[in-house]
Amino acid sequence: MQLTVWTYEGPPHVGAMRIATAMRDVHYVLHAPQGDTYADLLFTMIERLPRRPPVTYTTFQARDLGGDTAELFKRAAAEAYERFQPRAMLVGASCTAELIQDDPGGLARALQLPIPVVPLELPSYQKRENWGAAETFYQLVRTMAAREAPPPGFKRPPRAADVRASCNILGAAALGFRHRDDVRAVTQILEQLGVDINVIAPLGATPADLARLGEADFNVVLYPEIASQAAQWLCRNFDQPTVKVIPLGLAATREFIAEVARIAGVDPSPALAGTPSHSNWYAHSVDSTYLTGKRVFVFGDATHAIAAARIAAEELGFTVVGLGSYSREFARDVREAAGKYGLEALITDDYLQVEAQVAELQPELVLGTQMERHIAKRLGIPCAVISAPVHVQDFPARYSPQMGFEGANVIFDTWVHPLMMGLEEHLLTMFRGDFEFHDAAPASHLGFTAVQPQPAASAAGAARAAWAPEAEKELGKIPFFVRGKARRNTERFAADRSVELITVETLYDAKAHYSR
Amino acid sequence: MSSGPSNGAAAEPVAMRDEVRVSGERGQREVFCGLTGIIWLHRKIQDAFFLVVGSRTCAHLIQSAAGVMIFAEPRFATAIIDERDLAGLADANVELDRVVGQLLARRPDIKLLFLVGSCPSEVIKLDLSRAALRLSGRFSPRVRVLNYSGSGIETTFTQGEDACLASLVPSLPPHPPQAAPNLLIVGALADIVEDQARQLFADMGLGQVDFFPPRRSTELPSVGVDTRYLLAQPFLADTARALDERGARRIPAPFPLGAEGTLAWLKAAAATCHVDDARFRRATQPAYERALGSLSRYRDQLAGKRVFFFPDSQLEVPLARFLANEMCMELVEVGTPFLHRAHLAAELASLPAGTSVVEGQHVENQLDRCLAAKPDLVVCGLGLANPLEARGLTTKWSIELVFTPIQGFNQAADLAELFARPLVRRTRLVA
Repeated sequence: MQLTVWTYEGPPHVGAMRIATAMRDVHYVLHAPQGDTYADLLFTMIERLPRRPPVTYTTFQARDLGGDTAELFKRAAAEAYERFQPRAMLVGASCTAELIQDDPGGLARALQLPIPVVPLELPSYQKRENWGAAETFYQLVRTMAAREAPPPGFKRPPRAADVRASCNILGAAALGFRHRDDVRAVTQILEQLGVDINVIAPLGATPADLARLGEADFNVVLYPEIASQAAQWLCRNFDQPTVKVIPLGLAATREFIAEVARIAGVDPSPALAGTPSHSNWYAHSVDSTYLTGKRVFVFGDATHAIAAARIAAEELGFTVVGLGSYSREFARDVREAAGKYGLEALITDDYLQVEAQVAELQPELVLGTQMERHIAKRLGIPCAVISAPVHVQDFPARYSPQMGFEGANVIFDTWVHPLMMGLEEHLLTMFRGDFEFHDAAPASHLGFTAVQPQPAASAAGAARAAWAPEAEKELGKIPFFVRGKARRNTERFAADRSVELITVETLYDAKAHYSR
Repeated sequence: MSSGPSNGAAAEPVAMRDEVRVSGERGQREVFCGLTGIIWLHRKIQDAFFLVVGSRTCAHLIQSAAGVMIFAEPRFATAIIDERDLAGLADANVELDRVVGQLLARRPDIKLLFLVGSCPSEVIKLDLSRAALRLSGRFSPRVRVLNYSGSGIETTFTQGEDACLASLVPSLPPHPPQAAPNLLIVGALADIVEDQARQLFADMGLGQVDFFPPRRSTELPSVGVDTRYLLAQPFLADTARALDERGARRIPAPFPLGAEGTLAWLKAAAATCHVDDARFRRATQPAYERALGSLSRYRDQLAGKRVFFFPDSQLEVPLARFLANEMCMELVEVGTPFLHRAHLAAELASLPAGTSVVEGQHVENQLDRCLAAKPDLVVCGLGLANPLEARGLTTKWSIELVFTPIQGFNQAADLAELFARPLVRRTRLVA
């Protein structure tokens, strides 16, 4: 049992819903108690989809448990087929139905529907949303594409000179963080490279589209959390290589283009020529000098967190002080990335643990999910969202990708905007007593009232030294966004040296010690 | 619990009550489970904490239904059951004790802890009433631990509040036999509604009026044979039964929605408490007339418009009565998850002749009926609203009717405005 205030991921059947909802002509019959239909509002309210998710819930109640819930499932599945006429059906159980063990797969088979029926085994007490999405997509791909698969050991013959290369774009799903716009950005790059797009899936694909996935020369996986399992199967069965670079950030976009060009055997220069990116120049402009070394904490799904850390360090000149992810399945990748910044990765789905680490590190910027927005708000730290879980605000009306060159521009704007502008920061440091521009006021371009920064958590366990009044006053002169860090460092410095009273001297001794 | 109509998807009339046609149907229900009530209950009782013992789905439901993560430090959480807990129930109890210990260490301000049962905890038969007793013994007197079920297999949406309040009734102190009779207003109301009602009762000369649930768990009202209670919400079947068992008696009344509903609600209490007519009129007339005046503006916008209710909160019947009788709207269909015929007797009797009330749900058939009827306004849940808007219908999210102060004279126009706004909006948007 785990005490959970917020969850980063829903249950695995919500992942399955994200696949079904992204696709066309697929229907999902879910054995579930009354109430589980809440999941519909994720799609109709948060993503603002104008249609209901293609999901039929059996919505059994206590009185059904004494009777025949299996019969209820069969009736729901038969009715759903009649009404919606899907080309493929997913069947499965939510957490409660898993406990009553009605075997939706077997029950659906007994109906002998004239369409492929994919039984989903999604262990709710063990796995979570992204795993459920990946498993569902993989099972659907396998079911639909297997009959087209060549004999084992098939080697893809070299493409004829007059035939254009083609690829599939895999991973974009419903309720994803900017998936719709990323697909558009990546499609544009592939078009510039002269690569045809065979199928985009699951977003907008039909079961028939999945059946012809094997016709492409290679696969582009945008979101490994959702599509890497399916891509691996396609690689094994159709000898389709996978483009592994995720085009998040300027450098990664260039590497992505190079990788696609290499696999497709095309010239990368049309896509690289005149790189239409402002983010690179903006980062080099003197106005951005104040971004140098800003301490950032990064948390999200593995793909976005790893990419964000790299962009922060290499494209904005920030210092990554914390990196973590709730994607346990990709923990190794995150740990490896964290190693590059000399960090220990935080792999957890416990919101309280993330909160504790942010409080401890006192970063100047948090790049996280909707959950970290809460943490940052509470601690008075600027924050930008880089990853699901998503909120209605993460589905902007405008084109706003994260991937490709335009994505790099969007990221520059989104991350820099919450910060105080360079000269304003200096002026605050010089003149602290101003009644309007004091350090508890928000950055002047952010019209809302800043949350009062909470007192920083002191170094845990260590016996705390007392602060002399003049030292406390001096600490107050340090800009608020580094004050917590200064307090913590000074206390640690004092504790290490058994200093009982922190004076102004101790404060500056500590500053000198840690700035080395 | 709902005994419900018999099996069968079609909406067939199973009862004729006066001239209102009540029918039942079964199928997919597009409604929340009782856990959702935690969203308002944890704000209402300010020193209570709600710990759901359930699955990741339960945790995800509450945070999604709550308008998505609105509170930085909510007074609710989920103890998520995992595989190891399923392996053996003894272990699950040890785990639950550990989680409760962890929670109470983190929140020393909590005086009342509800262990809230869920579908999975019920199916694996985790006995939360025993757990509550055990934990109460361990943490009393600092914290009292109670339990109720908010599971979807047992409760629909607002029935979660019913179950919560019913679990609290045995803790209410006995009303001293020699004390004056007290009037108890039952059902969570917005603070502003409560304050206004309290003032109106005071103006009628009724001093001993208590509200249940109270704002703090340390202010529990007393209950006994001299207690008369007035339901403020139509979904409190189990709570009423528990109060009856303590000797209290219900004052039959319609619900305080709209000017007429509020007047009749207050009148029922006044009559029971022997308030004379003149005094009642003096106390209520100004607010009643003000409400009538403020409603007239919205009547112009709503009169003659056809409204269709999907089942959601059990507020549907009183709301339909208000819209039909005070706003002159036409009722196409009044869906409700569960119809408590006794508590709603006055409401049902006031519905226009021929009104179709449908208990239960088969969402696909109901959508067919709704689309065929092309009503001017559809009152429905969050999962259906945008898809219906995309089909050209105008909708009002029903959950807002549970989260907004709508009861009483001063809120009557606010209630009407909630229905008028989507219609006005549609006329404003030209593109």
